[in-house]
Amino acid sequence: MNSTTLLVTLIGLAILAYLYGRKRSLAVAVASGGVRHLHSLPRYYGYMTALWCGLPAMIVLLLWSMLEPAVLNQQLIASLPVDVQNLPESQLGLYLNDLKLIAGSAEQAQQADQVKIDATVYLQHMQELSAWFKTALVLVLALAGIIWGASRISQHFQARNSVEMVTRIILMLSSGIAVMATIGIVLSVLFEALRFFEAVPVWDFLFGLEWSPQTAMRSDQVGSSGAFGAVPLFLGTMMIAAIAMLIAVPLGLMTAIYLSQFATPQFRNFAKPVLEILAGIPTVVYGFFAALTVAPLIRTMGESLGLAVASESALAAGIVIGVMIIPFISSLSDDVINAVPEAMREGSYALGATRAETVRKVIIPAALPGIVGGVLLAVSRAIGETMIVVMAAGLAAKMTANPLDAVTTVTVQIVTLLTGDQEFDSPKTLAAFALGLMLFVTTLILNVIALYVVRKYREQYE
Amino acid sequence: MSNKMSHHRSNIEQVRHSLKKRHRQEKRFILLGKLSVLTGFLFLAFLLTDIGIKAWPAFQQHWIQLDVTFDAQILDVEAPADEAALKKGNYRGVLKKSLYAMFPDVSARRDKKALFKLISSGAEYQVRDILLADPRKLGTTQQIWVLADDDVERFLKEPALRESQQSDRRIKDNQVAWLDQLSGQGRIESQWNWAFLTSGDSREPEQAGIAGALRGTMLTILVTLAMSFPLGLAAAVYLEEFAPQNRWTDLIEINVNNLAAVPSIVFGLLGLAVFISFFGVPRSAPLVGGMVLTLMTLPTIIIASRASLKSVPPSIRDAALALGASKVQTVFQHVVPLAMPGILTGTIIGMAQALGETAPLLMIGMVAFIVDIPQGITDSATVLPVQIYLWADSPERAFMAKTSAAIIVLLLFLVTMNLLAVVLRKRFERKW
Repeated sequence: MNSTTLLVTLIGLAILAYLYGRKRSLAVAVASGGVRHLHSLPRYYGYMTALWCGLPAMIVLLLWSMLEPAVLNQQLIASLPVDVQNLPESQLGLYLNDLKLIAGSAEQAQQADQVKIDATVYLQHMQELSAWFKTALVLVLALAGIIWGASRISQHFQARNSVEMVTRIILMLSSGIAVMATIGIVLSVLFEALRFFEAVPVWDFLFGLEWSPQTAMRSDQVGSSGAFGAVPLFLGTMMIAAIAMLIAVPLGLMTAIYLSQFATPQFRNFAKPVLEILAGIPTVVYGFFAALTVAPLIRTMGESLGLAVASESALAAGIVIGVMIIPFISSLSDDVINAVPEAMREGSYALGATRAETVRKVIIPAALPGIVGGVLLAVSRAIGETMIVVMAAGLAAKMTANPLDAVTTVTVQIVTLLTGDQEFDSPKTLAAFALGLMLFVTTLILNVIALYVVRKYREQYE
Repeated sequence: MSNKMSHHRSNIEQVRHSLKKRHRQEKRFILLGKLSVLTGFLFLAFLLTDIGIKAWPAFQQHWIQLDVTFDAQILDVEAPADEAALKKGNYRGVLKKSLYAMFPDVSARRDKKALFKLISSGAEYQVRDILLADPRKLGTTQQIWVLADDDVERFLKEPALRESQQSDRRIKDNQVAWLDQLSGQGRIESQWNWAFLTSGDSREPEQAGIAGALRGTMLTILVTLAMSFPLGLAAAVYLEEFAPQNRWTDLIEINVNNLAAVPSIVFGLLGLAVFISFFGVPRSAPLVGGMVLTLMTLPTIIIASRASLKSVPPSIRDAALALGASKVQTVFQHVVPLAMPGILTGTIIGMAQALGETAPLLMIGMVAFIVDIPQGITDSATVLPVQIYLWADSPERAFMAKTSAAIIVLLLFLVTMNLLAVVLRKRFERKW
């Protein structure tokens, strides 16, 4: 049985176990004078039996499925001739891939040599064996679980308590997944980035001025050995983020101020959801729009003014990211503006200030920390934005201060390095992880500062 | 006294004097606010109309009617029962013959080639499928509507092209004459393009459809939902109802908040390094896509569910506990059901986010060109946003309309999901 069928079978067995456990407990109840003489409700005995049936088997199935590929690979390599075993890692990987191809199609098998065919046969044999053992083990565990669970049903057995204990443990483990994800991100990105820094010194990466990640595929190939100076990428990212912020901060802030202080409630109720649509549109749509509509528009406009505009200008990408972020800034600003105590506003009116003066001289200064926090969060969004820049910004790593030029960003380079042909060990691929690490660390710092500022600010008025 | 009075008056004078200016400033300020809101509106309207206009052509498609003779000799099929031969037959030859028969005066090799270019290169498969469906048609002549080529398509949809110089367009003057002749005979027809929703991707724009991407999206979202809903709910319930106030809980909370702000592309790196390279989950498959999107949507679901759980008043819990329910029973039989509308709303919003996500899926190889419609969660697949990205990149002009049309479909899905969330909130959410 493959894992999916096995899983379905297991679920079926668990349902049967539930029914059986419940029935058993009812029988016990009748013998001891009615359901109310049982410690727990009958269904808890059912749940307990089902847990005994499903849980251990499920864990084994999961572990087996996770470990099987690695173990099989090891066995397979051990079975290969010594000269193949001693191949360098990358070639060994190719060899193993070949074997999998042969296993998959008869056409490939006709062209393969005997060693490979033997290995394939061995691999298939091992796979069958593994599947057989897995099925047997899981089913035996499940059945044993039912028997064991049912045998424990008695009048005084505290089924509810044990079921609830398992529930609590499952809940706790689930909440740990967020931590696991963070650890996973940090470890995976860090690990690969460290491998990259073995090939390219950190210093060269952080402060190098040239970015051309084309490495020679073979050692005898003529060609550049690649330059991994990330400064042009950082500059490009900052420029696009700056353009986006120039658009988003004033527009978002003014929108929030107008809607919360001046607009009628009817208009507010209409305008807010409409502007929220901007935040809900997928970024790939913005990217398409930026590349095919905004960029040509800017180009035509620039050319009519006699300016040279690259067809993938930083300006186009920046503007579109800016517009995308407007609702983000305006809803965050809205929150903090509303958190300013009414007394401050009324005090200002009482002194004769106009509404605009109140906003400018009282509300904004009072809400400033919160607004700054919101802007920082928005900056981290702009930096991490991928699709818009992939589609509308360029690939050329140039150091320029001209927003009409094409620039490239960290995210664009990550996508470019990791899509297309790749070998996992080359510095070219690993560079993507180093860039990812930079991105993660930068946005993390921005977020932590922003959340801290916002929290401090909230506490001030609460 | 009088001195004081005059001083007082001058103050009032001053204020009165500056009042005009201050009111002007106030008006300007409000105007700025209105302009900001208006800018947002205009941009949204511009974006949607632009895409709508670009998408429109993709919903219509031109077909050309041919009198196709299933000539057994050209097809190289001896008996209608021979399915293998039917499959391998030379349908291109059949099509060529029928086209040349309709335009007997076209004789030069180049012209013949240009003539054959009027119909889509997929027409031969279309014709093949007709014969395969009913082999008795072998030897007969059928009137068959075949797809027009994408260049023809564009020419027919953009009247301005007809006026332009021959060198500026891909349809040459002699082809225009043939097309006019065909449409004079009523052999060109524009139809609603259902194939767009039912066929897979293709290199030929006129045959490309989003069925594969839709299926991929469906599978990916199902995996995401199946993993993120139970996990998110369980995590939220634990944090809100059971967790003790300690460092571990704080750590979890900080992590949830931070994950919500991690750039999506970083999740793609995680998927590549951990799920694919380390655990050996198949690349490009909805399974790994769903796993990555699960991590991305979890914070959204957890935060929304916690807010919803928090809004259930303590009196409900107290009442249940007072009646002798255990803590777990109280939570699962009373609190969670009452919080469910809010939890589901949060889940739908999370799914909508996942539906529109592209960047992390590029990292885990869901960018492959896949013609086949995926059947399971471990098949190679692509999703709608990635399909949009792929088409947007392709040089053929005709793909622009396809891209826009795919965007419209994606937006429709998102609108539906968000409306569902709104309805759910309006209908079922209780205000305590």
